[in-house]
Order: sequence, then structure tokens, then C-alpha cells
Amino acid sequence: MIVESGHYALILACILSLVQGTFPLYGALTGRGRLMRLSAPTAYGQFFFVSIAFGALMQAFIVSDFSVVNVAKNSHTLKPMLYKVSATWGNHEGSILLWALILALYGAAVAFFGRKLPKTLYVKVLSIQALIGLGFYLFLLLTSNPFERLYPFPTEGSGLNPLLQDPGLAFHPPLLYLGYVGLSVTFSFAVGALIEGRVDAAWARWVRPWTLLAWCFLTAGITLGSWWAYYELGWGGWWFWDPVENASFMPWLVATALLHSAIVVEKRDTLKAWTILLAIIAFSFSLLGTFIVRSGVLTSVHAFATDPERGVFILAFLFVVIGGSLLLFALRADKLQAGGLFAPISRESMLVINNLLLSVAAMVVMFGTLYPLLRDALTGDKITVGPPFFNLAFGFLMIPLLLVMGLGPSASWKRADLAGIVSRLGFVFAASLVAALAFFYILGGGEIMAAVWLGLGLWLMAATFYEWADRVKLFKINAIKRIKRQPRASVGMSFGHLGLAIAVLGIAGSSYWGIEQQKIMAYGDETNIGGYDVNFRDTSGIIGPNYTAVRGAFDIRKNGKIVTTLEPEARLFSTPPMPTTEAAIYSTLMGDLFVVIGEANNKTYDQWAVRLYYKPLQTWLWGGVVIMVFGGFISLSDRRFRMGAAKKKIN
Amino acid sequence: MKKFIPFATFCVISLALYTGLSLSPGNIPSELINDPIPEFSLPIVGGESLGFSSTDLEVEEEVIIINFFASWCAPCYVEHPFLMELKNQGYKIYGISYKDKARDTNRFIKEQGNPYYKIAADEDGRVAINFGVYGVPETYVIQEGIIRYKHAGPIHEMDFEDKFLPIIKRMGE
Amino acid sequence: MKFFLSFTLFIIITFAAYAVGVDEKQLADPASEIRAQEIMKQLRCLVCQNQSIVDSDAPLAKDLREIVRERITAGDTDEEVLFFMTKRYGDWVLLKPPFDRTTIILWLSPLLLLLIGFFVIYRNQSQRKFLAVSSPLNKDEEKRLRALLDERADD
Repeated sequence: MIVESGHYALILACILSLVQGTFPLYGALTGRGRLMRLSAPTAYGQFFFVSIAFGALMQAFIVSDFSVVNVAKNSHTLKPMLYKVSATWGNHEGSILLWALILALYGAAVAFFGRKLPKTLYVKVLSIQALIGLGFYLFLLLTSNPFERLYPFPTEGSGLNPLLQDPGLAFHPPLLYLGYVGLSVTFSFAVGALIEGRVDAAWARWVRPWTLLAWCFLTAGITLGSWWAYYELGWGGWWFWDPVENASFMPWLVATALLHSAIVVEKRDTLKAWTILLAIIAFSFSLLGTFIVRSGVLTSVHAFATDPERGVFILAFLFVVIGGSLLLFALRADKLQAGGLFAPISRESMLVINNLLLSVAAMVVMFGTLYPLLRDALTGDKITVGPPFFNLAFGFLMIPLLLVMGLGPSASWKRADLAGIVSRLGFVFAASLVAALAFFYILGGGEIMAAVWLGLGLWLMAATFYEWADRVKLFKINAIKRIKRQPRASVGMSFGHLGLAIAVLGIAGSSYWGIEQQKIMAYGDETNIGGYDVNFRDTSGIIGPNYTAVRGAFDIRKNGKIVTTLEPEARLFSTPPMPTTEAAIYSTLMGDLFVVIGEANNKTYDQWAVRLYYKPLQTWLWGGVVIMVFGGFISLSDRRFRMGAAKKKIN
Repeated sequence: MKKFIPFATFCVISLALYTGLSLSPGNIPSELINDPIPEFSLPIVGGESLGFSSTDLEVEEEVIIINFFASWCAPCYVEHPFLMELKNQGYKIYGISYKDKARDTNRFIKEQGNPYYKIAADEDGRVAINFGVYGVPETYVIQEGIIRYKHAGPIHEMDFEDKFLPIIKRMGE
Repeated sequence: MKFFLSFTLFIIITFAAYAVGVDEKQLADPASEIRAQEIMKQLRCLVCQNQSIVDSDAPLAKDLREIVRERITAGDTDEEVLFFMTKRYGDWVLLKPPFDRTTIILWLSPLLLLLIGFFVIYRNQSQRKFLAVSSPLNKDEEKRLRALLDERADD
């Protein structure tokens, strides 16, 4: 009964989104106030009903209602409750429902917080938001119904993939979607502005917080996924340029560019067309990405399931939304008044270069991801574009980007004094170079690129700090007062850039100076890695909620003193039968030590295959990204972005 | 006019994606099509005497089939009836058991039935790699010692009727 | 979640159910082992999603690793080892797309797109300078403009 209510609620949400997308928009275009007033109620109503639908599905999972096809396919009575709940979105239908839920959530949020927006813009934004939602509801109801029943129904489910039974992965989709889907707001604002025919600093001020929010969540979501891969897959890898990963990275790159572009619109009333285009493209990548990984267009070896019916629907939807908005852009972008000019060397021009590099990076990632498909379609050749290509291409673009990021904040608007910048930051640059070479030799040398990345990371860190110190005039009196009075947006920027610098250093350290050992170890054997002494004590048998495992005990000593005991496991799940390894990781600021246990070497089970890794500065990657997100949230809390305040200030 | 570039680019991408929907990127064609079968000689299952070798296959005048299988491979059970059907239609299927224990292979044959003319064991999987095998089941159609067609994955009903039989029939002519 | 669906299917098809773990012999000569690892990083694990054979736990990956080591011991050059693989599995087994006439556009795309981008921006800027110059401001407007800009630049 609850499931049917959920189904019905979904239909109601669909109808409401149709109403929300059409009548108020018509009202805004023809000046009918009554129709326009439908916007907010329908937005809240739509959110209400889709929440009920989502709740109904979640309830079905919680009570293990196997008469629902989705639950039967993706759950099992033995699964821990947390994973029963997360199974709600851990499958195709459920995740699309989550998409729709978050889309409606953002719509309702804009409806509430945007009450002080100019009325016509408000209505247009909400209508676009609703029309996107409509596409998702139709997709759900017509091709991917999560509420389908099964009769006769099984008494047990087929179980969820044990790899997904992990707290990190359970929360990865919601976090990611809060980011992805959040970009829909900026998209709606952009299309709304195109329909209005006006983009101004006020518009940019409205848009920035939503973009920031989405960006923060997206960054966190992607990182959570990477971190999960790192500790779950157990050999230190955290990014593979896999189509699914690229699908989330492309919108992130464009969203970052968008964030910076919106700043220029706000401060200098220029770069409007670019910002609108970026807003459209960012969300387009979100849509493109979400759907590429479901339509069967990019699959891998021996995958049997492709669903052309879904694929065609999605593609048609994509064409209408993205094609429509890009067409609108082509036709209406002229209406956007070009704003202030700027010199070839200025903060604006550096931000333009920043946007260019980020956009090109996104396009290259897209090209690399789709190239096998293009090649197959044109010549029938099967070819792989893997990490070697992406690392080279992306690295090539990151070098100038990191350089410019250090210079940009120190450049003034409209016209920057290049000689001045060079003389002040030149010293910082030289110092970073020297420090990089010093660390390079301390760490034992290696590839030249390792030194380059060290240098770039240190440069960005130093330049960011220098800019901040210069702005607050750190060494003059009353510095503390000036520090406290810094606008939060500037503080956010500094943290954001600092975070990236730290992450770059973390990536350099763990990639170029990582150590791996593979050995057969018997009880009592000892080995040494990364400055730690690892002693293999013994193993024990473990029975978990839905698996059995072998757990190894490794004592870790540094300088003779025991620092921890690592207990990696080799697990065997029951439904479906599947082995996994759980690496045991000891993280410190200087690096990560981890141990993975494998097969027993002989019949007496006292010799085991063991892998050990030491990854220097690995924590700096995660820490750096956390600082970036922290910076984003600080920026978000800037009072100047409060919805009400924005309107007053412009007037 | 310049402002239409994003729209135009998107149209091209859509076209690519649309074409992509009808492709099967997971289906890697064999690199060895129209090449002679790699040289090999494999023992019988669970023994040391010769199962069969590449020379045996080269001298066959009719179209023959090589099927890589294993008892631990679930889809192999699914395709088994279709292999039996092929056998009933008179085709010679040479079976190669891939990385399987002799006892398990024999059990598989005993329980499911034997569609194979001859069976050999590739316990370390090296011969399979020389064929370009990357999983089981995989099936090859051989004519006069030349590889003419490869099918990766189980032979399902649709593949059987639409792809497999016509190809074999065509080669037989 | 397509990845995980596919991953499960790989396990079913290609996995001897309980083999997880690594206990293969590395080459005695460390230099050769490093060479082997470099080659392995370039070879795709055919039954995984975008992993190299070095990173993968799959049995096929382990077999391929052993073959790489064997071929190096037998005296093959790096190219010959890679050719051994592509002869059996095609170019698809290479993680690094080959640099040939058809892939050149892929490899040069970052540089090309960057140049195109610069060109577009340059054209844009020049056009706008032209527009501004054709209607210059008078003295009062200049003064007002400067005052406004100075105010805003303090942000």
C-alpha cells in the first residue's frame, strides 16, 4: 500500500512539475500575475510529493519488501540496516529517483530563498527547474519505475554487491548528486536570464551562492568516491580516468570555471556571455555524465546489459534540454550588454585564462572519454584511451593553470601592473623553486616531473600566502584587526587555493615516491618499509554479518616502539559469492602505510601473500581537498551573498 | 554566427552518442580473424596423453568449432544446450577446458552432457591467451586451420539463430 | 552503478571463485623488474574497467603479468612485448592510445583547443576595444567613470 502511494505521489509530482513548468512561464511572458503566483506552491508541492515517493521506496528497502522488483534485485535480509537504506539509491531506478528528489529540493529552496528576486526572473528560473524535473519524472514513470511489483515474489533478495557495502560509498551518491544536481539551479538562472535578455551584477550575485554550494558538494562527493576507491581497492590507486569518474569530473571543472567567471560578472559587469555559456555547459555535463554511464554507450568487456530504449529516451531528453538551451544562447546572447573592458594583463584576463584552461581540460577529458566511441562508430576499430593519455593531457594543462592561480589574486582589476607583480612574486617564485629542489633531493630524486609538481604546489602555496599577507599588511600594526575584517569571500578564496596547493603536493608525494613490496610472509616474519618495521604476528578467522574472513595481525613499529597493529582482511561474501580484500591503513601526516593480505601460500596456512605500500604525503591530498571545500563554505557564509542583502546593495 | 558553435558542437556529439547506442563497445573482435590458429598441443583432461593439437585441427576439411569453457563459469551452463544443439546438427566441437580442475571438468561433462568431439585441458590458460581469449566461454569457428569467427560470451538463443548458424552455414558452402 | 554490475559479471565469468591475492615471483634483476612494471602499466586488464594489469587482482591480469616477465627474460624489447599483446588482443589492450594518423587529433587536442580558445578570446577583445574607441567619453564622463571604477576596485 505504501509502495503504491509512493507511485501515486510520483505521478502527482510529475503533473505538478508540468504545471510549474508551463503556466507560470506563460504568465511571466504575458504579464499574468495570477499564473505567475503558481510558481512557489507548485515548487513546494512537487518537492513534497517526490519526497513521499522517495520515502516509500526507502521504506520498502527498510522492511525488505521483496514484492518490489527493485528491492528484490538489490537487497537481502542479512544486509546491515545502513546498507539496506543506502540500497535505495544504489541502483539505477532509485538513483534516478534521488536525482529527481534533489532537483525538487533545490527548486523548493530557490522558491523559498529567492522570494526577493525580481518576479519575472524568479518565475522563469523555477519553470526551467520544473521542466528538467518533468523529464526525469517521465523517464522514471515510463522506463525506470522503481515501484514495479513482482508476483510471485521471492522470500529473499538477490543481495547487493558487497563492494557497495561500505559507509563511504553509501554516502557518495547523495553527496555527489547534491553537487551535480545543484548545478541545475545555475542552469535555470542562466536560461532564465537569456529569456529575460538581461544579465547584470545582481544576477551574478544571486547565482554565486548556488554555484558555490553545488561546487562544494560536488568536490566533496568526488573526493569521497576517490577516497573510497583508495581504501577499498587496497593498492593506493584513487583515480583511474574511468568514464564514470570522468562523468563527475567534467562538470566539476566547468563549475570551477563558472564560479570564477561569475565573480567577474559581479565585479566588472563583463564576461556575461561566457558565464551564461559556462552555466549551461556545467549542467549539460552533469546530464551527459549521469546518462552516459547508464545508457550502455560506454560499457566494458563482457557486460551483457545494454538498454537501448532507455538510451534513446535519455538522448532525446538531452537534446531538448542542452540543445534547446544552447540554441537559445545562440539566438539571445546578443541581448547581453557587453560590459567593462580590461587590459591584456589584469585580474579579468587572468580569470579568462583560468576559465580557458579549465574549459579546455573539461573538453579534453570529454574527448578522451568519447574517443573510443567515435573511433568505433567511424572505423570500427576498438581502441582504449587510458590513464597514460589523461595524465599527460591534464598535466599539460595544469602547469599553466597553477602558475596563473598564483598570479591572479595579486593582479588588480582592469589593468594590472605586470612589472610590479613580477618583482613582488618573482621572489616568491624563486623561493618556491629552491625549496622544491631541496625537497626533491631530500626525498631521493627521481623523475623531473616530480620536481615540477613539487615546485608548482609550493609556488601556489607561497603565492596564496603572500597575497593574503600583503592584503592584510601582516607586518604592520593592527594586522589582527585587518585580518578579522577580511570579507569572507576573500578568506574563502585563499583557503580554496591553499587547499589545492596542498592537494597537489600530496599527489606528487604519493605518486612519485610511493613504495610497494610484495612478499610471502610466515608468522613472525618482519619487513621494513617507509621507515616502519612491520611484523606479521598471525591470522584469525572472522565471521561477519554476511561474510567470513581471514584477518591478519601486523604489528607496526617505528624506532623500536609499537605504533599500531594493522588488521587487513580477506573476505568472502555469501550473496552473491564474492571475495574482497579490506586493506588496513595507518595514516599519518607524512604518509600512509598499508597492508593487504592475500592467499595462503601452502596447505598449512601459516605462510601468506602480503602486499605492503608506503605512500608519502597521501593525507595531504585528502586534507587539501577538505580545506578547499572548507574555503568554499566560508565563502558561502559571506553575508554579502544573503539573498535580501544583494538586492539592497545594488540599488 | 560564432555563437552557434556550442550548439553545433553539441549536435555533433549527440550524433556520435546516437550512433554509439547501436554499437556494442564490449564486443572486442578477434585480432586473429583470418589468421591461422596458433600452434598448440594440449593433454586430455586429467591425464598426460594427447587431447588434441593444432595439427589435428588443420587437417579437418569441414568447418569445426573450438569452445573454451570451465566448470566454474556460470554462463557456460547457460550456453551448454546450444552446444548440444550444434553437435546434433553434425558440427564437430573441440572443447578446451580453461583453468579448471580435472575432477570438476569431468563432473560438468557428466552432469550436463558432452557436446564435444574431443576435449583437452588448458590448465594454465596459456594456449587460450595465444588465441586472444580473455574470459570464458569463448567460441571460435575454424575452417581449414584458419580462424574465421570468434564469439565472446555465451551463445544465447538470439546469437545462435541470427549470427552463429548463418555464419557457419555460409562457410560450409 | 554500471561499473559494479559489470564487475560482478567479470568475477563470475573469469574468476576461479576464491583467488584473491598476489604471490608471483618478481624478476631477480631489479632493473628488469622495473622495466616489466612500466610495460605492465601500459597494458589494459581486459576484464576490468580501465585498470592496468599491474593494478588488477584478476587471474587473467596475473597471467599477463607473468607473460610480460617471461618475454623480458627471453630478451624481448619493450616494443616486442607490447606487440606480443597487441597481436593477440589488438590495440585495445594498450592503455596509451598509439600515436598515429588517426589518433593524432586526440593527442594534440589540448594544445589545439588551447590555441583555438586563445584565438577566440583575442578576437573578442579586439572587437570590443574597437567598439569602445568609436565612441569616446567627454571630460565629465571620464571623471565620473574614473570615480566609479576606483570605488568598485576597492572590493
